[in-house]
Amino acid sequence: MMLGNVEFEMAWLAPEQWPRLPQHLVEWLVALCGLPEWLVSIAGWFTSAGVVVGVFMGLFALLSLIERKTLARVQNRYGPNRAGWFGILQPVADGIKMLTKEDIVPAKADWLLHLLGPVLIVIPSILALGVIPYGQDWVPVPLELGLVFFFAVGAMTEIAVFVAGWASGSKFPMLGAMRAISQMVSYELPLIISALAVVMMSGTLSLPEIVESQGGYTLGFLPQWNLFTPWGLSAGVVFFIACIAEANRCPFDLPEGESEIVAGHMTEYSGFKYALFFIGEYLGLFAISALGITLFLGGWQSPLPIFDFLPSWLWFFAKLAVVIFIFLWIRATFPRVRIDQLMRFAWLCLIPIALLSLPTAAIWHYANKANNDIVAWIATMPLVLIPWVVLTVLFNRRLSPATTRTYHFAE
Amino acid sequence: MKDAKHQEPAGKAGKWTIPGYGLLQGLFVSGRNMVESYYKKERCPVIQYPEEKADISPNFRNFPFLCYDGDRPETGLRCTACGICEKECPPQCIYIVMDRDENGKAKKRPKVFDIDISVCMNCGICAEVCPFDSIYMDGQYEMATDDRFEKLVLGLDRLAKSTDYHMQLRPKEATAVMEKRKAAEEKKKAAAAARAAKAKAAAEKKAKEAKEQAEKNADDAKGGTE
Repeated sequence: MMLGNVEFEMAWLAPEQWPRLPQHLVEWLVALCGLPEWLVSIAGWFTSAGVVVGVFMGLFALLSLIERKTLARVQNRYGPNRAGWFGILQPVADGIKMLTKEDIVPAKADWLLHLLGPVLIVIPSILALGVIPYGQDWVPVPLELGLVFFFAVGAMTEIAVFVAGWASGSKFPMLGAMRAISQMVSYELPLIISALAVVMMSGTLSLPEIVESQGGYTLGFLPQWNLFTPWGLSAGVVFFIACIAEANRCPFDLPEGESEIVAGHMTEYSGFKYALFFIGEYLGLFAISALGITLFLGGWQSPLPIFDFLPSWLWFFAKLAVVIFIFLWIRATFPRVRIDQLMRFAWLCLIPIALLSLPTAAIWHYANKANNDIVAWIATMPLVLIPWVVLTVLFNRRLSPATTRTYHFAE
Repeated sequence: MKDAKHQEPAGKAGKWTIPGYGLLQGLFVSGRNMVESYYKKERCPVIQYPEEKADISPNFRNFPFLCYDGDRPETGLRCTACGICEKECPPQCIYIVMDRDENGKAKKRPKVFDIDISVCMNCGICAEVCPFDSIYMDGQYEMATDDRFEKLVLGLDRLAKSTDYHMQLRPKEATAVMEKRKAAEEKKKAAAAARAAKAKAAAEKKAKEAKEQAEKNADDAKGGTE
């Protein structure tokens, strides 16, 4: 359809294309004004980025409410229900409160780095969200090396945490930042190694292609997601646990262990800078969950062939909701672990299991080449089960009376 | 395990557990709490205060109130302004003025009865010492005002509450009091009746004696004339 001198395609209005509709409209409008081609592209990029940021900021506001509601329900309460219908305006109230609070910069703080800390936390999360394939046709930035980019910008949050802790100029932020760094660096390893197994199997670092490699159904109804393979199961579990630690979620939310180090690197922050830390944390949670969905849960692929008529981005967000809910559920259930337990768990438990998933993936690859699923399962299951058997033995030995630690002074 | 006080950990000797089994149990418990809170009252026992209010226990006690019989506090007030509570009150928050007629004779009812609830410490001694079953501790707890002085001094108009209110507040105590007062009333009535009967009997005896005396006198007079 021609409107003016520029093409307006009716295909843009299909449900599959809805997330891209603002971009198409802006590009069309800018082109309609007769502006040059490069300006049209730039306008399109900004709109595309704005859609991602807008969607995830909205989800952040929603999640801050849903999280409180869910935690409340687990604790047999109602949760916030005063601001608006079912507390729907609670995020607005929180935002106004945060914005109108006094911004205090400590006298001993380095004011520039103190300001940069929270900003640097939010930026990598937004950057990381840019490379995720949300739908069949909705990849904001279809990078060839999307996974590498994701982990590269993800590592920036560690620097931001340290900047925040260092610039605050007091001891609790400093200690908290060091703890946060040691935790995040330790958990980055199992995270990346378990993602490596997926890269080995799909043979690409491009996230859209990884999702496409998980398409199709076994026996016509079982989705061929990476989670439903032996190597994917072990790598997926490791990835999920490392995700929790990377996103600083309970039970690994040591950086903000208020009983030990007040609020960690956020101790000296107030007002909107403090809110920025939360935005960064939640956006990071979204980003890392989105990556987990992309790598192990088939991204935007629908779970059953009969649901293929629904737009693909809807499936992505449905999976995101489920994963986030599991995060909330875990937060509502488990107490915080100790720092030494946390580090031991990463280095002695998660990293070996993650490493073992690499040979498992290799064996699966070659066994699968013979097009025999049963042989592949039999060949790989021992490798998957060995760490769990070892863990079970160790776990029970540790708990046995001979090795149980007795507390002499804590009676 | 040498110390018997120690709680045995989940994985005891001879009883193996799978790592993570305890975590799944925890998730199950919290998940059940979450789901059941939507349809089970005991899983979500929150009372949303300004809209809903909890039933207060009969043992709940707050600032005192004065009880009156019948419909009107002006006539039915049990208080006789004896002033025992005023004297017993440890923080001395009660102020009573006896109502008197023009001759200065006490009417046995209070003209002024003030309780300063900013001073009252809710001890309940006034209710304990009152011999006329008049003063009791109230169940009101929404006492906040925007004025520190006048609105925190409760006068007769705010203190006087009917026996029905008392019955509603503490049915057991109020019933006992009502029975006691009824019994006392009946006893009083019986005593009055007995006294009346006695007086009547005495009067009759007196009349009889007078009659006999008169007859005797008459006889004497008769005998005298003979």
